[in-house]
Amino acid sequence: MNFSEIFKQSNQLCRISPDGRYLATCVQYRLVVRDVNSLQILHLYTCLDQIVHMEWSSDSLFILCAMYKRGLVQVWSLEQPDWHCKIDEGSIGLVSSRWSPDGRHILNTTEFHLRVTVWSLCTKAVSYIKYPKACQKGIDFSRDGSYMALAERRDCKDYVSVFVCEDWHLLRHFETETQDLAGLEWSPNGCVLAVWDSCLEYKVLLYSLDGRLLSSFSAYEWSLGIKSLAWSPSSQFLAIGSFDEKVRILNHITWKKITEFEHPATICSPKTVVYKEVEKRPALSIQDLSSHSVSSRSPLLAVQSKYEISQPPFQIPVVKPDLDRANPKVGVSSLAFSADGRYLATKNDNMASVVWVWNMQKMSLEAVLEQTAAVRCFQWDPRRPRLALCTGTPRLYLWSPAGSVSVQVPSEGGFQVHALSWHSNGESLVLIGKEHLCLCYMDTEDTSTDSNIWTK
Amino acid sequence: MGDWSRTSPLGVSMENSEISSISRVTLSSSRQNHDSLYSSSLPLSKSSHNVLSAFCIEENVPQCILYINQELVSLGLASMCITTPVEATLNSVPALNAMYELLQAQRRSQRSLEELERDLLRTSSTLEHLQTGNYRLKDQLELLKREKSGLHEKERQLQLKIETLQSCLKSEKEEIQKLQNIIAGRASQYSHDAKRKERECVKLKERLGQLLIDKRDKKLAIDVLNYLGRSDGKRIQWKTGKAGTSHEGDMYKSLLNDYEARQQSLMVENSELKKVLQQMKRDMMYILSPHKPCAKGSPGDDSHERGFPPAGLEGQDEVGECSRENLDQSCEQAREQLTYSIRLQWRRLKNHMEKLDSQVSLAQTQQQSGSEEAVPREVHEEEMQRMRLEVQQGKDFIHTQQQLLQKQLNSSFDDETAALLNDCYTLEEKERLKEEWRLFEEQKGNFERERKNFTEAAIRLGHEKKTFEEDRAAWLKNQFLNMTPFVDRKRYSLSDSQSALSIRSEPELQQSYTPAKLTKSSTYTEFSTPYSSISAGLPTTTELYRTLHLIQPDTRHSKRGSWQEPSSPIRAENPFGKSKRSVRCRDPCILSLDKDGDSPI
Repeated sequence: MNFSEIFKQSNQLCRISPDGRYLATCVQYRLVVRDVNSLQILHLYTCLDQIVHMEWSSDSLFILCAMYKRGLVQVWSLEQPDWHCKIDEGSIGLVSSRWSPDGRHILNTTEFHLRVTVWSLCTKAVSYIKYPKACQKGIDFSRDGSYMALAERRDCKDYVSVFVCEDWHLLRHFETETQDLAGLEWSPNGCVLAVWDSCLEYKVLLYSLDGRLLSSFSAYEWSLGIKSLAWSPSSQFLAIGSFDEKVRILNHITWKKITEFEHPATICSPKTVVYKEVEKRPALSIQDLSSHSVSSRSPLLAVQSKYEISQPPFQIPVVKPDLDRANPKVGVSSLAFSADGRYLATKNDNMASVVWVWNMQKMSLEAVLEQTAAVRCFQWDPRRPRLALCTGTPRLYLWSPAGSVSVQVPSEGGFQVHALSWHSNGESLVLIGKEHLCLCYMDTEDTSTDSNIWTK
Repeated sequence: MGDWSRTSPLGVSMENSEISSISRVTLSSSRQNHDSLYSSSLPLSKSSHNVLSAFCIEENVPQCILYINQELVSLGLASMCITTPVEATLNSVPALNAMYELLQAQRRSQRSLEELERDLLRTSSTLEHLQTGNYRLKDQLELLKREKSGLHEKERQLQLKIETLQSCLKSEKEEIQKLQNIIAGRASQYSHDAKRKERECVKLKERLGQLLIDKRDKKLAIDVLNYLGRSDGKRIQWKTGKAGTSHEGDMYKSLLNDYEARQQSLMVENSELKKVLQQMKRDMMYILSPHKPCAKGSPGDDSHERGFPPAGLEGQDEVGECSRENLDQSCEQAREQLTYSIRLQWRRLKNHMEKLDSQVSLAQTQQQSGSEEAVPREVHEEEMQRMRLEVQQGKDFIHTQQQLLQKQLNSSFDDETAALLNDCYTLEEKERLKEEWRLFEEQKGNFERERKNFTEAAIRLGHEKKTFEEDRAAWLKNQFLNMTPFVDRKRYSLSDSQSALSIRSEPELQQSYTPAKLTKSSTYTEFSTPYSSISAGLPTTTELYRTLHLIQPDTRHSKRGSWQEPSSPIRAENPFGKSKRSVRCRDPCILSLDKDGDSPI
């Protein structure tokens, strides 16, 4: 495993282009585009203000940079560095900006969710979509980019509009049976739209593309409901994480619950592999000090960590949430299926230092990774069943069915990994710190052995 | 002693009381020195004598005697009076007897007294004990009574508490209901307010939007250097109704595709499941059917088990057959039938398994308890021993084989392995070669046989030729002589020689000549033709062959009967007769040729 040198970035804005050839990073009001392999700067663009949001177009030819405070969006072309485009939303303000799947339209959501403005880069045409709903996930494009579902709120009722992205033709418009719609998400095959209610009510509604209600699911009443939702890559399963610390799996034929994954505080099953991260502060001998001045270079490097396999029963540290406060830190907040759909990774908020990996074939708990610090972010390798996670420490953790490993990121001054994102080929990984970033290159062959410390 | 003390006490006590009434002192004294009294009566008597000395003095002896006598009589002792009836003097013998009796009585009474005293003591102590027991029980009773009342009190209190709690609960419930109502009210109020606020918000938003539009926000703009082409390279289309319908079509198409894919997968799954079901059924049938005879055959079988299989099995087999036939049609009926039959069989299997289980457990218990199983175990042991022996033998065999192989390998490792390898590689080829070789051998054998036949034929031919030559010579001579007057005699001799020739050739022809002869004849014709062409002037040799080999069978068949006739040689004579001259010079030549032609074959 190799690591690149460290680059500066701001607002954690680093994105690898969809075709995997470029890496775009934002440093204050500058946009830097590098070659992924050589890391040489190919283009440098200067925006009008500090960039808050940056996004690649689907064809990797354009980059959108949004400056919400100024209500500005600037678009840059990779092919023609001279080409420029600036969209000014004016006094109405801007809270969100995104590309349409064709990479030729930009959808801006104005302040107060007054409307969604669709700007065309082809014709300069502007269209408005009124009454967008301000919620967790109000807009979702289908995987093939042909349809857009938009949550709307009119007359105190929730509606969903389905648009054809090609020409923004309104295909369907229907009312949903929700109290307060919180989000919507297309299934990966683009035929089913999952709509869920706000956390006050546990309710998932499944609509067909043509607006028919296929099914609705509610696990319980009264207490706080859905916290997260994820489709399996095959559209076969719908995983719903809720405030009761459980994940429920629905099937795509009857839309009934197949199973539910609990997140118990004690793991008793001997089939589950429990990896516990153990930190070690090695006693510094004189030899160490003299031979390789590790401690003088960086005191943080002195702390080593490795995974140890714990025997069941294993006790997981649980933080008792403060239920009086809004949005209590309890329940399953993150769910992610592996690319092949065989594993599901979850995180329960009151066990913040633990990532759970479930086997979707056996419908059982496969592994538990307990970190020393709270897990910040985890993401699956887009090619292999390999999970990368970070905890805001200068270490990267990887899990695969073969084993688990903790890797120290070599850096001066302690590079702490706050977020990470995989390259689309699964061979490299962008590690994002507070103001820096660094690329991590995987070995081509998967040589992750159990509980080894890999320091470069 | 016991008997006595039981029967006598009444009398003794009376005696005692009387004695005591007379003198209390005696009693008291006797009671006082109880122990001494018991051990020896003499001192007592002495002391009593001392005390009683006042009773009898010199003056009142007769009175005393009288008195005593009276007393004794009253006691029933004096059957014989101590006094002489005449004078009031002491008759010593009865007196002594009486005294002895008295003493005896005294001792007895004392003993009984002792007993009684002991009894008294005992009873008094038991009484005391009982009394204390009684007291204790009384105390206990009291205590329990108190306790009971306490419990009663407690119960009452608890009852009271329950009542209060129940009322509390009721009030709490009411409270909850009230609170729920309140919550519901608040929720509705909240939602109402939220809705109102939302409406206001919407109104505001609309107003804001309107204002923004009215204001004609200058800033709201897009500034593009030059417009881009669409990502798919197409040109922008106008929004038309047509586009809308096409979108609908696309949508339904994609939906349909999805459903079709799903149906396909479901169908596949279904068929898989069906297959599994069918296989399961088949397996079950297989498992169930061969087990029955075994179960039937086994001697230690229960009668009910013997009764169970046949009817049911057949029936289910029938069902199975039907279902299998119908399954291909995949209609609902078939499915039902299949599931039904599976269920049936499953039940049967379960029953069977249970039965087997019970059997096993039965057998186990038998084994544990019975000594009957000892014999089979011995048999078992024997079997085991035998098997072990066999295994050992097998092992030995393998070992020796290995050793031999090793030896062989060691001795001629290279050649052997090479041969082995070759063998391995060219086994098939070798086989083929062998086959070919065999064929070749066969052919060779055939040829050999043919050659032999040929040579034989040639030899025969030579012989025949010789005889023929001789015949001819004879004939010529004959003819020559015919011109002379002795014709008849010569003709007879010729016929004789002809007959000899025919007899020689005939059996051979009959045996094995016929098949090989045809081919030979052809070769002969082949060989003969060139010569005939070369020596066109000498057709006689071919004629000769023909007559020998080709025409011979015909002649044989046709002339079998007439061969010996003297007329036939005359028919054959004619060709020879035609070329008399040429034959003579040709003959040796042909013979040699025949031999040449033979040898290569």
